[in-house]
Amino acid sequence: MAMQFYASPEQIMRDRSEFARKNIARGRGVVVLTYEGGVLFVAETVSSTLHKVSEIYDRIGFAAVGRYNEFENLRAAGVRMADLRGYSYDRRDVTGRALANAYAQTLGAIFGEQGKPFEVEICVAEVGRTPERDELYRLTYDGSVQDEPGFLAMGGQAEAMASGLRTAHRADRSRAEALGLAVSALSSVGGEGGQPRTIGARNLEVAVLDRKRPGRTFRRLTGAALEQLLAQAAPAAPSAPDRAAAPDAAPAGAGDSTPQPTDSGTADAPDAASAPTAADPPTAADPPGDADRPAGD
Amino acid sequence: MASAKWAGQFEPSGRLPAAFTTPGGSSFTEFLSVAAPDLLPGRRPLPPGLVADLAPHGTTIVAITCAGGVVMAGDRRATMGNLIANRDIEKVHRADEYSLVGIAGTAGVGIEMIKLFQVELQHYEKIEGDMLSIDGKANRLATMIRNNLGAALQGLAVVPLFAGFDLDATDPATAGRIFSFDVAGGMYEETGYDAIGSGSLFAKSALKKRWRPGLPVDEVVRLAVESLYDAADDDTATGGPDLTRRIYPVVMTGTAEGTRRLTDEEAGTVSEAVVAARMANPGG
Repeated sequence: MAMQFYASPEQIMRDRSEFARKNIARGRGVVVLTYEGGVLFVAETVSSTLHKVSEIYDRIGFAAVGRYNEFENLRAAGVRMADLRGYSYDRRDVTGRALANAYAQTLGAIFGEQGKPFEVEICVAEVGRTPERDELYRLTYDGSVQDEPGFLAMGGQAEAMASGLRTAHRADRSRAEALGLAVSALSSVGGEGGQPRTIGARNLEVAVLDRKRPGRTFRRLTGAALEQLLAQAAPAAPSAPDRAAAPDAAPAGAGDSTPQPTDSGTADAPDAASAPTAADPPTAADPPGDADRPAGD
Repeated sequence: MASAKWAGQFEPSGRLPAAFTTPGGSSFTEFLSVAAPDLLPGRRPLPPGLVADLAPHGTTIVAITCAGGVVMAGDRRATMGNLIANRDIEKVHRADEYSLVGIAGTAGVGIEMIKLFQVELQHYEKIEGDMLSIDGKANRLATMIRNNLGAALQGLAVVPLFAGFDLDATDPATAGRIFSFDVAGGMYEETGYDAIGSGSLFAKSALKKRWRPGLPVDEVVRLAVESLYDAADDDTATGGPDLTRRIYPVVMTGTAEGTRRLTDEEAGTVSEAVVAARMANPGG
């Protein structure tokens, strides 16, 4: 006789959230932000061929953190959906919003129905004719979707990275400035004793959606072009002190989000331990309707 | 039905249907055959009988290799029987960054095939993160023609011409490659030059006398327009340069820098020079 244990739906969802959040936070980060010439994607990576950032359609890009096989599956589905829409209607009728909706439905269904949620967080970005018309959507493991204001950070200690971006991001920055900002945000977390790290060009995956280009706007920046841009970004170093200041500033300004000091305090503890707490506030706070679910813990 | 399916309403949960998330597939046509088969050109049942004169026909296309690549050019006429159906149709298109495709035969079917072929190449490139080899691209095109065989036998035949810059070529002199096809989907690699469509006989005769290996791009552009002039000279279904309306052949190049379409001014300058030369010597 099999014994059925009762677990409340609330408990099941909380466990799933916890599981997904913990594993997502273990990975290296991705920063997406708008700049004067388009949308910039910067990912910290160890592989030059297994991409975290890729092209979906003419003006739509994709970035993800978490489990590779899962977000790769979503990426391919997105390319298929976009190409099918573009083929049966017109290329202009393929929008980032429709794609974000499809992803949200899919992630939400997987979260609710399957034993294990997808351990991914993804960003769908569409470049507009002007920076004001750029669209950045953040999709989390449970299918919640957020329209982000010009920048977003995902992955380990995302909130710590975002706090630096929040103060320094402006839509009228140049490509080099935006790259400098993104790299300093990525390197502001995970260093020894809370110090910024240095991330070499070898460990960066950089791509843009180029606003001015007709047709396919997605371009990867690699090799010499990337080195050169990084060199240009370095003298624009006011962003580096900015970044150094940001972790200090964050706990001070973070009276509203208690996990923040915990995060800085345990910066050299394993990511997995500290970061779920760091990733907690944005997910909990943003979809007001769902607030009771992830905020339960 | 198919549209409801891929709009996301098919699955009760709202998630993307299984065809979208099946791993491994990098072909758009194979995906379409599962997700929306009615969008595939070869899948439509046709009523019995010959329907050849129902739809406009596109005519002559030439492709010529040159130093460092290829040139493809096509006239602008579509005909329906003895009528001119369209005088500014575009039958030469870029297939992707490094290859060109031109179409002769039933215009509607051909243009749909080009559109599908373009998506097919781009889809593969996005899914795989790398381009198909030029031979792979030509093979995909052959498959599409093969799928159209039923319609072709009823008079809706389409024959494409495919050419491009081979990124894997060791010698830039041989990087320009041309593939021709037959109506059953047979694929043949051509050396030097080839032409398709009703005026192709005359265009090829002209090219046979004038083409040499390794000609520079600008001379080959001129040669392409000359051969189309010769085709239009002897074939009523091929249109010559229309100086009064400023409608000139579509001329495109495929080189290491990618594909490029000559602007109307550039094509106009070449066309006017060819017509002026023919004033003195109509045979060229």
